[in-house]
Amino acid sequence: MGKTLLDKVWEEHTVRTLPDGRTQLLIGTHLIHEVTSPQAFGMIRDLGMKVLYPNRTFATVDHIVPTDQRAEPFSDPLADAMVKELRKNCAETGVTFFDLPSGNQGIVHIVGPEQGITQPGTTIACGDSHTSTHGAFGAIAFGIGTSQVRDVLATQTMAIGKPKVRRINVDGKLAPGVYAKDVILHIIRKLGVNGGIGYAYEYGGSTFDSFTQEERMTVCNMSIEGGARVGYVNPDETTFEYLRGRPYSPKGAEWDAAVARWKAVASDKDAVYDDIVNFKAEEILPTVTWGITPGQAIFIDESIPNPDDLPEKDRATAAEAIEHMKLPAGTPAVGIKIDVAFLGSCTNGRLSDLQEVAKHIRGRKVSSQVKAIVVPGSQGVASIAEKMGLAEIFREAGFEWRGAGCSMCLGMNPDKLVGDQLCASSSNRNFKGRQGSPTGRTMLMSPLMVAAAALTGEVSDARKVFGIQ
Amino acid sequence: MALEKITQVTGRGVFVPGDDIDTDRIIPARFMKCVTFDGLGEFAFADAKAAEKAAGRLHPLDDSRFNGATILISGSNFGCGSSREHAPQALYRYGFRAVIAESFAEIFFGNSTTLGIPCVKMSKQDIADLTSLIEKTPSIQVTVDLTESKVTTDDVDFRAEISIPGHAREPLMNGRWDSIADLVDGLDEVKERVAAIPYLSGK
Repeated sequence: MGKTLLDKVWEEHTVRTLPDGRTQLLIGTHLIHEVTSPQAFGMIRDLGMKVLYPNRTFATVDHIVPTDQRAEPFSDPLADAMVKELRKNCAETGVTFFDLPSGNQGIVHIVGPEQGITQPGTTIACGDSHTSTHGAFGAIAFGIGTSQVRDVLATQTMAIGKPKVRRINVDGKLAPGVYAKDVILHIIRKLGVNGGIGYAYEYGGSTFDSFTQEERMTVCNMSIEGGARVGYVNPDETTFEYLRGRPYSPKGAEWDAAVARWKAVASDKDAVYDDIVNFKAEEILPTVTWGITPGQAIFIDESIPNPDDLPEKDRATAAEAIEHMKLPAGTPAVGIKIDVAFLGSCTNGRLSDLQEVAKHIRGRKVSSQVKAIVVPGSQGVASIAEKMGLAEIFREAGFEWRGAGCSMCLGMNPDKLVGDQLCASSSNRNFKGRQGSPTGRTMLMSPLMVAAAALTGEVSDARKVFGIQ
Repeated sequence: MALEKITQVTGRGVFVPGDDIDTDRIIPARFMKCVTFDGLGEFAFADAKAAEKAAGRLHPLDDSRFNGATILISGSNFGCGSSREHAPQALYRYGFRAVIAESFAEIFFGNSTTLGIPCVKMSKQDIADLTSLIEKTPSIQVTVDLTESKVTTDDVDFRAEISIPGHAREPLMNGRWDSIADLVDGLDEVKERVAAIPYLSGK
């Protein structure tokens, strides 16, 4: 009987079974950032413990860094204190820190892959739920809480039960103007925001086979929005080519040995899954969320549903969403006025996202009614995009070109919605208040759909705006 | 590390209705600009409370009838979204010692267990029955009993089944809910494992 990648990685990283039945799982790679780590460092100091393997923890700052003011001290003293705290903790413990002046700072889930730290067959933990992103490389990657950050710092392990595995196949070719973001929004819409509880999602099928590494990251990133703590894609040549030559990738003879191991870790052809779900790529259209959970999504040619038409269990949340969004049932997605357009985040702040948008907006202008910002996911992405002339294209179109960070995804830095502004956002969460204003409204969509909304001032079908056929 | 053995939690309950209550709702991100968890309690559900007030309604946590509640009751997929431990930390510091819901998001569940907050599942119908009892008599004492896997109340005949996975129930009841002690016990084996895995051993 064949094994899944999850089975194989779990087996290799199992230290022992704990008295409560959970696994003491070795975490090969630990990523930390400024928001969920300071208390953990405090806890290990209080316990008189040390960071056990400082060479297996990597840090950066992303959540609280301003994207328009890069010089320290930041005008927000709390944010400034948090950066300094992380810097001090890393210096004292010997943890590698991709700090602001390094040129390698960025969103932790973008920095790990671009440095080659994220590798197939590894276990990765980070005090951030979007750690599932790293599963795009065939890693088993978890979001964890701060007490577990402490556990990993002190013991390089954590206590966790082995999840079941649901194989999600998407087969076929996506139509032009349909993106990885639409695929994951569609999956969450169909399987529910809690459908993945207890599961790891293994994504596969011909659509995933032909996806780039960055597209796979977009999908794995949002696994947690479907309730799955882990999402992964089996590693293949696309993965290996992405990793070749990156700073932390194996070199020389070690590279060949690593690739051999990476190939072997993929799920066996006869692997047994706890569940299998199939989708057809051709059925997926550009998708936008209309409510306050990522599962409240519709195709661009649909209208906001009437709660009475939904299954009973979904009605209350739908009614709450309609009240919060101030968009009555029956409102078509196309034509909803927006105030802000946000292009960035660990979901869609990578180079290919910016390239795809820049390709289409050249010579066009952002609506005078819209504030539009582009936030590269890392200094690495920013630097390449600037060299390629993408920054200039965005600026000429009327977008603000910012420094790397989480920015308007989560309202922990100066980039926030004001009042009940409505934001077309390439990020991952449309929760009430998520973008920094308690009454702010978020519609999630692909980067090109964000751009289409930015230019027209309203939610629009990017395929029509940009003449994509 | 000897911790309190949590076999049952008794106290007043409060119902925060809704499914998919995310951790941003429990503790909005702007309150996470801190390097300790101290003081988070007062910000639990801060924006939800303000929104209800603005709409001329009262959030349950602002309703004086439920003052001093230590058991939080809610809908399905409670604690979804961000992995922030700030959420259960805020609930604990607010005074909650147990959460009853139809279901829980996984990361929130694990974070809560590690803090010694039992999160127990109960059916939608039982939650509706319990919350209507509390609505009628807010002073009612609710007991979450892990030993018997039941929720009961004093002076009214209410008794409902609850479920909690064994990997959380046992450690709570044995006073081993904070996993660090068990993990430290395995450190020799950790080092053996590290030495055996090529990308970690460097061999």
